Amino acid sequence: MVTKLSVNLCGILLDNPVIPASGTFGFGMEMADIYNLDILGSISIKGTTREARYGNPLPRIAEGERGILNSVGLQNPGIHSVIADELPRLKQVFHKPVIANISGFSIDDYAYSCEKINDQEQVGIIEVNISCPNVHNGGMAFGTSPKMAAKVTQAVKHVTTKPVFIKLSPNVTDITSIAKACEEAGADGLTLVNTFLGMRIDIQRRQPILAQKVGGYSGPAIFPIALRMVYQVAQTCHIPIIGCGGVATAEDVIEMMMAGATAVQVGAENLRNPFACKEIIETLPQVMERLKIDSLESIIGIIK
Amino acid sequence: MKQVTLHIATNTQLIQGIYEMKLEGDVGDTLRPGQFVNIALDNLYLRRPFSISDYDTTSMTLLYKVVGKGTRQMSSMHKGQKISILNGLGNGFNTNIHHSHVLLAGGGIGIAPLYKLAKELKTAGKKVSVALCFNTAKEIFYVERFKELSTNTYIATVDGSEGCKGFITNLIQQYKLTFDYYYACGPMPMLKSMCQNIEAPGEVSLEARMGCGFGICMGCSIPTTSGNKRVCKEGPVFGKEELIW
Repeated sequence: MVTKLSVNLCGILLDNPVIPASGTFGFGMEMADIYNLDILGSISIKGTTREARYGNPLPRIAEGERGILNSVGLQNPGIHSVIADELPRLKQVFHKPVIANISGFSIDDYAYSCEKINDQEQVGIIEVNISCPNVHNGGMAFGTSPKMAAKVTQAVKHVTTKPVFIKLSPNVTDITSIAKACEEAGADGLTLVNTFLGMRIDIQRRQPILAQKVGGYSGPAIFPIALRMVYQVAQTCHIPIIGCGGVATAEDVIEMMMAGATAVQVGAENLRNPFACKEIIETLPQVMERLKIDSLESIIGIIK
Repeated sequence: MKQVTLHIATNTQLIQGIYEMKLEGDVGDTLRPGQFVNIALDNLYLRRPFSISDYDTTSMTLLYKVVGKGTRQMSSMHKGQKISILNGLGNGFNTNIHHSHVLLAGGGIGIAPLYKLAKELKTAGKKVSVALCFNTAKEIFYVERFKELSTNTYIATVDGSEGCKGFITNLIQQYKLTFDYYYACGPMPMLKSMCQNIEAPGEVSLEARMGCGFGICMGCSIPTTSGNKRVCKEGPVFGKEELIW
């Protein structure tokens, strides 16, 4: 049903544009104990790779001003277990199309996992993560070169029928060139942005806090930068954008949409406030009324 | 897991840098000794996890050591102030054991969750021995409290300024302690040494830097003999046979 909160994302009608970002919501089960997940627009599930992964050594978490630095490194049970165990469990508690977030270490990996996940009825959109800053020989390496980004996009599009969103890295000089390359290679949409490479040092112990030394920074601190990137890409590309990066309030959602996002992901905020997405969704109607916004669809990309 | 706002009833410095904070309100989600809370503090993005040292139906007590911005902020809080916590986190200790004589081993601020555990085990009719290790005599706290609950309480200090000189494992050796089962919480080297050198079965409570504290971010996962486990969700208490050192 079309409402003032609903948005159309590549033919999928979302009740509202609020989506927990991949990696900040697990596979949904822990959150299902906290609130009714069906209030969400969709859920982007934990980044999945071809094989199961433990990820990086601990510590994987550090903190900054209004943000969190992580080097989890794509811990996940692997595509087969996600299909056999995680998706059926999630189906019991979330009754809408989900976004499957897929990562890889080679073009072959991406194509393999995307082809498998494409067969899952529950999956509405495939989100291809070419921007994980926490793994070597993959992840971000595909997202920092327009040529490689295009190659991954083509390979995935070749084996899938569902809308494919490419999740972009902000750790590039010109994000619009990567975005454009993905669009030209057939991407149906773009999610931006993933985390910013960062670092913290324990000055007492004279050691980096993270075992991997560097990690990805996210949280409200990055919101203005993410917003600028969403805006720039919206000016360059014609495919829909899921805006992501530091979103913590209903006002942030509206700002992201005005910059050009059709839907919005909430990431780090879920970790400090488990009710973040719920609170944002509940606050949106009041904020819209205050700002005299009749429907969220009407404000998408109004900033030219 | 539940998000609740509690009131500070007391916040007292026990010795230099070690505080005891008593919180009152809806604490119903704390079910077992060894569980923890995640506290939201002003101007700090992530919550801070603390193990619960004691609780009843209307209050809980936290013991904390001032080590950084978060704990410094907590140390300046006063009676009546409100504090937002996520409660009922982690698995807690397993007190449903058939062993009759248990050892509770704590190192430094790691003794915190053992206090309520000692209470529960005493109530369950177990013979409770307690071994506590501190860096030096000046850092000793809560010993009298443990003495009230235990058959014997032993002390070790790393510098030998009080009790046995050395670590928990030295203490166990020196006093020839015998027990059927142990519970431990403290620094990682202490836990490792216990798991590797003490023959009796036991369980240990781990500490880790956490993102969320309730299992969604995978920030604190460790590999175990039975697969990857989250310290915040499947832990923080693990059977010694599960841990890979």
